[in-house]
Amino acid sequence: MNALARPAPFDQPATPRTALAVHNIEVVYDHVVLVLKGVSLEVPEGAIVTLLGANGAGKTTTLKAISNLLHAERGEVTKGSITFYGEEVHRLSPSELVRRGCLQVMEGRRCFGHLTVEENLLTGAFTRKDGKAAIQRDLEMVYSYFPRLKERRKVLAGYISGGEQQMCAIGRALMARPRLVLLDEPSMGLAPQLVEEIFEIVDRLNREEKVTFLVAEQNTNVALRYARYGYILENGRVVLDGPAEALRDNEDVKEFYLGLSATGRKSFRDIKSYKRRKRWL
Amino acid sequence: MAELGPVLEVLLGGLMSGVLYSLVALGFVLIFKASGVFNFAQGAMVLFAALSLVRLSEWLPFPVAIALTIAIMIALAWAVERLVLRPLVGQHGLILFMATIGVTFFLDGFGQTIWGSNVYQLDLGISASPWFLLENLFPGGILVSPVDVFAAAVAGSLVLALSIFFHSTKIGRALRAVADDHQAAQSVGIPLNQIWLIVWSTAGVVALVAGMAWGSKLGVQFSLSFVALKALPVLILGGLTSIPGAILGGLIVGAGEKLAEFYIGPAIGGGIEYWFAYVLALAVLLVRPQGLFGEKIIERV
Ligand SMILES: Nc1ncnc2c1ncn2[C@@H]1O[C@H](COP(=O)(O)OP(=O)(O)OP(=O)(O)O)[C@@H](O)[C@H]1O
Ligand SMILES: [Mg+2]
Repeated sequence: MNALARPAPFDQPATPRTALAVHNIEVVYDHVVLVLKGVSLEVPEGAIVTLLGANGAGKTTTLKAISNLLHAERGEVTKGSITFYGEEVHRLSPSELVRRGCLQVMEGRRCFGHLTVEENLLTGAFTRKDGKAAIQRDLEMVYSYFPRLKERRKVLAGYISGGEQQMCAIGRALMARPRLVLLDEPSMGLAPQLVEEIFEIVDRLNREEKVTFLVAEQNTNVALRYARYGYILENGRVVLDGPAEALRDNEDVKEFYLGLSATGRKSFRDIKSYKRRKRWL
Repeated sequence: MAELGPVLEVLLGGLMSGVLYSLVALGFVLIFKASGVFNFAQGAMVLFAALSLVRLSEWLPFPVAIALTIAIMIALAWAVERLVLRPLVGQHGLILFMATIGVTFFLDGFGQTIWGSNVYQLDLGISASPWFLLENLFPGGILVSPVDVFAAAVAGSLVLALSIFFHSTKIGRALRAVADDHQAAQSVGIPLNQIWLIVWSTAGVVALVAGMAWGSKLGVQFSLSFVALKALPVLILGGLTSIPGAILGGLIVGAGEKLAEFYIGPAIGGGIEYWFAYVLALAVLLVRPQGLFGEKIIERV
């Protein structure tokens, strides 16, 4: 009846499609530890969206819930739904999800140490069926974004530097021809210069290769400069979200995550919980 | 020169039986690398494969019996993946180890129930009369058994084939990736279940080759399951994660125990070869816990 009253995003070419929609999920580890307490977020096609939060906020858990990697950690999504381009992903194995174009670059890069850089990249193409030539072309594409990897292609990945490993991990993911990459803390343990370089490349991949990114970060400052939209996670709940510029200008974010306040860094948890509950729950 | 002849003969004999230890150890290493499971059932798989082959070949042509046995080992791998590994994924290594002990007893019991528990002769059609090598150098020459030589050749080609498979195929690369970091492998879309199935099947075929070699020497019987326990010291020596280590470890144990028997045995009344390997392994364990050839643990700071 009142269908007209509801927005119909798919009919309007101006609104991008929703690549990923996470709706009110709960995650439990070991059948008892409730870690995510109702997280919802949305990633439009073609965007860079960032998921911010301190240690233990639940960023990694959220990404693993999406990519279905929780099972190996005895974790389980007990409530809510996750859809990738409208399809419920709950029943899909990680490998089937990769085939559909959604894959995760795990925290701490996790390159295969006893494989060479090039072999690492090639493992990313495992699910592809479009032939050697196409894979070879993409290998060159990855090398064009990461010329340093080309120089080190024959070196065991265990012996390259941390920054190179991060590049290798991202390159390996690209070899699967993903539509959406879940990137977990790419800045971890890297010098500021290198962090900037990595984000610069993520930005180029987003614009030139049309890869959508959901980036979990603790480095709020850098993440909000490259992302279009951000979610702030605390204690397994989204406490704040909005366009990146808005978040950067938000007084609370400035105070608690960008360290711009004179009173020093605190947690949302300490004082503002009443106020936040009113605003976001 | 007169002294050297018998020593060489003992050494050669030792190396030949060492190859067989290597084969069993190889099965362990494959599974441990790819699924992190210490598969106690590898010895039982050797016995089960050999029993299946020997009984099937009683009423089928030999090549058909081999093909059917391979199919049985693949079915076994499938069952283990489905019924044991998949439900236990993410559990502690010790729990998986206990599960493989369960598989061991099941295989030993089930195998003897359906195939019988007598001693069966496995005839590979190789002449049993020994060869005498270098007769012009040593009085009487050096005695070598053709069955041993055949087993060594088969083992050698198997290792070669595996290493080509690991290093130049897509699946082989995926296997090595899983061995390195199975979660990361999963994250790029490598299906662990398929990889485990492939690895356990491969280990099953390796067990069959080992079972054929042992069986043709000793007869196919329950004690094969125990002979396979010699693979444990081999693993400690070679390292749990190294295929070349498994091979060399087997050769060292094989040659070492025969030489020890030859040199020290007479002085203390013999029987050294039954425990020599374990003492050797213990000594190695104290000095180099990762084994002589264990994969280097790459750690960056
Ligand atoms: N396998 C697990 N079993 C039990 N609890 C876990 C497990 N993994 C994570 N947790 C808990 O879940 C919570 C969220 O962890 P998660 O790794 O998702 O946080 P994060 O935001 O990624 O943190 P960081 O920035 O440190 O990576 C933490 O309290 C953590 O202790
Ligand atoms: Mg994390």
